[in-house]
Parts: sequence; structure tokens; C-alpha cells
Amino acid sequence: MQTAQLTWHVRRNAVAYLALLPMAAIVVFAYLGTMAWSIRLSFSSSRLLPRNDFVGFAQYTELFGTSRWLTSLENFAFIAVFFLAICFVLGTLLAIFIDQNVRAEGLFRTAFLYPYAMSMVVTGLMWQWILNPDLGIERTMRDMGFSGFVLDWVVNSNTVLYAVVLATVWHGAGLVMALLLAGLRGIDTDLWKATRIDGIPAWRVYAFIILPILRPMIVTSLVLLSISIVKMYDLIVAMTNGGPGNASEVPAKFIMDNLFERANIGLATAASTTMLVTVLLIIAPVLYSQYLGKKGSSA
Amino acid sequence: MSVAELIAPAARRPVTSQQLWGRIGIYAFLGAMTLFFLLPLYVMVVTSLKTMDEIRLGQIFALPRELTFDAWKVAWSSACTGLDCTGLRVGFWNSVEILIPSVVLSILLGALNGYALSFWKVRGGNVLFACLLLGAFMPYQVFIYPLVRFYAQAGIYGSLPGVVLTHVIFGMPVMTLLFRNYYSGLPTELFKAARIDGAGFWMIFFTIILPMSVPITIVAVIMQVTAIWNDFLLGLVFAGRENLPMTVQLNNIVNTTTGERAYNVNMAATILTSLVPLAVYLGSGRWFVRGIASGAVKG
Repeated sequence: MQTAQLTWHVRRNAVAYLALLPMAAIVVFAYLGTMAWSIRLSFSSSRLLPRNDFVGFAQYTELFGTSRWLTSLENFAFIAVFFLAICFVLGTLLAIFIDQNVRAEGLFRTAFLYPYAMSMVVTGLMWQWILNPDLGIERTMRDMGFSGFVLDWVVNSNTVLYAVVLATVWHGAGLVMALLLAGLRGIDTDLWKATRIDGIPAWRVYAFIILPILRPMIVTSLVLLSISIVKMYDLIVAMTNGGPGNASEVPAKFIMDNLFERANIGLATAASTTMLVTVLLIIAPVLYSQYLGKKGSSA
Repeated sequence: MSVAELIAPAARRPVTSQQLWGRIGIYAFLGAMTLFFLLPLYVMVVTSLKTMDEIRLGQIFALPRELTFDAWKVAWSSACTGLDCTGLRVGFWNSVEILIPSVVLSILLGALNGYALSFWKVRGGNVLFACLLLGAFMPYQVFIYPLVRFYAQAGIYGSLPGVVLTHVIFGMPVMTLLFRNYYSGLPTELFKAARIDGAGFWMIFFTIILPMSVPITIVAVIMQVTAIWNDFLLGLVFAGRENLPMTVQLNNIVNTTTGERAYNVNMAATILTSLVPLAVYLGSGRWFVRGIASGAVKG
């Protein structure tokens, strides 16, 4: 485009450019600028205050020699895998069962999705109380005569992650249900008639025909749940505060503790940069297939 | 009505005994899952209505023997966080003060961005938008420390404007996406006609586009009210001691008390904190699901 034409274009749309200034400022300063600064700090020796020196990958070496960080990564992997798998299976089953012409459908839907409206803090505190071994389910069951009953997940470092997964599944499974149910409602009824005439058993229809059709909804719900799990901080703070010991430490909490309590900015930014790179590596293929894959087939 | 009739599919056909067992199975599964999802809510409510003496008996599922609302009163007006014994009401009003400007500003900006991006040819607009969306996937921990420094420089760290700005920043990706997708589905003829008649950017926005945006604005309000009310991390970091939101105060009341924990007060406080999102959820019905679905990245 010629310069004169460009000037004319900008002048004609000047107000539109002005209107987008807040967004541009936020993208440049609040997103890209902060991200760049975080990455920069991860190569410095900053502790309580930011420093402008350059120490190479020293913070990263220290980070991956810190057992608390390694534990938090392992915990994150455990929680993410089981949370996503259980939410997917449970949410899918709930959607399919609700879709069987059941009565009081609205009641079931409401009951399965309401946890998603609650905050993570509330979710954590609620389950912390229910799983409390002194006065919660364990005590109740023992008093009922099951004297050997043990449910000490939140206070036992070997099992505390089960408690975290339980609480997060309770919070998130309804999301998968809601999105898949919407998808199931959009499926042509002729498809069901055709498979019935062919005598294909219902579970095979679901597994090999319906679920592949619902792929976009499945991807959407898993992406949303993944974002929530990467950001997970409040649930851990409320439910276990990372304990017992470091048994339920997660990366987001590790970073926050090092930023604001342990005054170790270099280490914290090295950890957040690691998270950033990990998230990019995971979402890049998903976004690529969602965007470019669709464009290729539908255009 | 017999049991068989009651649980039969809505479309009346003669029911074989195999189908009958199938129906029983469906309801048994849905019923069991409803119990699982509602149980924490039930436990929370009954615990909040008991006296501590009764809670110490350890029957977490039992109904209260004598109904008392004392715990609710304490939770609202005199529960302690550290040395302050002012109850949750301080946090409630702080949350309201944070919520209202954050919701209004983030939705207005989202609508404006969506409008400028989908109706006006702005160079670089899509690149800007892509950067913004990518930001939505990133863990907050990458942005937080540099933002704290920026805010400290600008003198808004630990203040109400600071936390509102933060909510506007982190709400922007989803809000822009929501309005952009909605506007790209609107017919462009009206916009073109208005342009030919000489209407400018703001004129078209306020007289044509905004009046057509009522449904999507309802979805946006539902999403932002729930998200901002439930936020913990941003309020904790950016709001400052004077403006801590309800979720942070709740966690402080429950997890930083010394001495014996008042579980009835804790549970009353937990319920109080979730009342706003629960009311939004129950009042909005299918709009809530629509919000979840349209908040997903669809390109």
C-alpha cells in the first residue's frame, strides 16, 4: 500500500484506532511487557528487589535442584492427569445419562453444575471440613460401628492429592456435562434412527459415532479445565496450604511463596518462566489444530 | 402412577423388563451422583446450624438437634481474622466495591474492542487480539510481579483502583472474545447503511450496536460477576489490607484462627461467601451454560 493511501486509511478509521488504544496498551504493557520482564528477571540474581545483572541459567539450575519445586511439578502432573481424566469420564457419563429422556432433568443439571459457580476457596474449605478425620466422615463412620474405617486423605501426605483431585472433580465435572449435553442435543435424531435400524448397540454408537462428533465440545471443556488447573492456587491455599509438609505443593503456590514471602524473585520468575514455556508447548498444538485444522476443512 | 410408568421415557412405548431395568439403572446412577454433588452443600448447611457442642459429637450428616443461627451472626459481624473481629461483612462490602466498577468497565471495554475489531478495518487488530487471547492461557504468576512494580510506580498498588484495573486487564481476553464473536454474527448491512448516512464510530456504537447487544451483555455480566466475586489471588495481591475481598477474608477467618476452630462459624462464613455466585447461577439458568460455552476459544 502506498503511503498516501495508508495515511488516508488511518485518517478515515482514526477513531477506531483511538478506541483500541486501551486494549493495545494493556496488551503491550500488562501482558507482553510484564511477561518479558519476568523472563528477564529469571536470568538475574534478584532476591528481595529486582536486579539488572545477568547470571545465565543459574536460577534455573537452582530451581531444578530445589526439591520443593520438583515435588510441586510431580503433584501438578498427578492432579492434572487424574482431574482431567475423571472429569471427562464422569462428565460424559452424566451428559449421556441425562440425555435419556429422564424426568426432572433440570434438577439433575442444576445439581451437577452448581459447584462450578462456587469459588475454589469455598470448595477447598468445604472438603477440608468433610474430610476432617476428627469430626468428619471418618469419625461418623467409626461411630456407626465401622471401627477400622479410615478417611484421612487431607492430613496424610501419601493421600492428600486424592483429596485435592476429589474436590477439583466435584468442582469441574459439571462443566464437561453441560457442554457435552449441549452437544448431544444438537445431534440429528435421524442418526439414532439409522443406528437403531442397523442394530448397533448403544455404547458403540456413543463411543465410535457420537463422541467423535462432539470432539469440539470435548476439546473446549478440556481446554477450560486445563486453564483452571494451571491457575490453581486458591484451592490449595484454602484446603491444605500445600501440606502436610510439601505433599500438596503446586507450581502456582511455589511461585507466590517465593515472590511474596521468601523474597526470592529470581527463583520465582525462573519458575514462572518454566510454567509459561510448558503452557505454550501444550497449547500450541491444540490451538493449531483448532484454528488451522478447522480453516482447512471448512473453507 | 406405577414406578414403571414414572421412570419410563417420556415417549410412551410398551416397556420390556430389560428396558425397565435399564431405566432403574439410569436413575440409580443419576441419583447417586446427585447425592455426591449435593452432599457438601448439605453438610455445610447443617454444620452452620449446629452448636459447637453438637459438632464435637462427630455426626457430620446428622440434622441439628436445636436450630441456632448464632454461627451465622458471628460469621457476619464478629468472626476474627487475627486481631480484627469485625466479621465477614467488611469483606462483603469490599467485594461489592471491587465488583461493580470491575464488571462495568470490563464489559464496556470488551464491547468496544469487539465492535472495533469486527466492524472496523484496523491494521494489526487481529495480531493484537491473538496476543490478548494467548495471555488468557498464561498463569497469572508470570504477570504478577512486574504488575506489582508498575502499580507501585503509579501509586495504585494495594488500592481499590489497582485491583479494579487488574480485573479489567485479566477479564479483557474473554470479554473481547465474547463480544467479537457475537458481533461477527450480526448482519453488516445495518452498519454499512449507517456509514453511508454519515454516522461515525461512536454514533454507530451507541445507537445501533449497543442496543443490539443485550443478550450477550447478560452473558457477560453473569460471567464477570461470578469470576470477580470468586477471585482470590488478584484480590490478595492487589487490593491492599483495606480492601481485601470476601474470599480472602473467608480464608483468613477459617485458616488463621488460633485455638479451637469454630466449625459452625466457618461453615456459615463459607455459605455467606458463596451466596452471590449461587444466586447468579440459580437465577440465570441456561444463560450460565451459554456463558461457559461462548467463553471458550472458538476463533
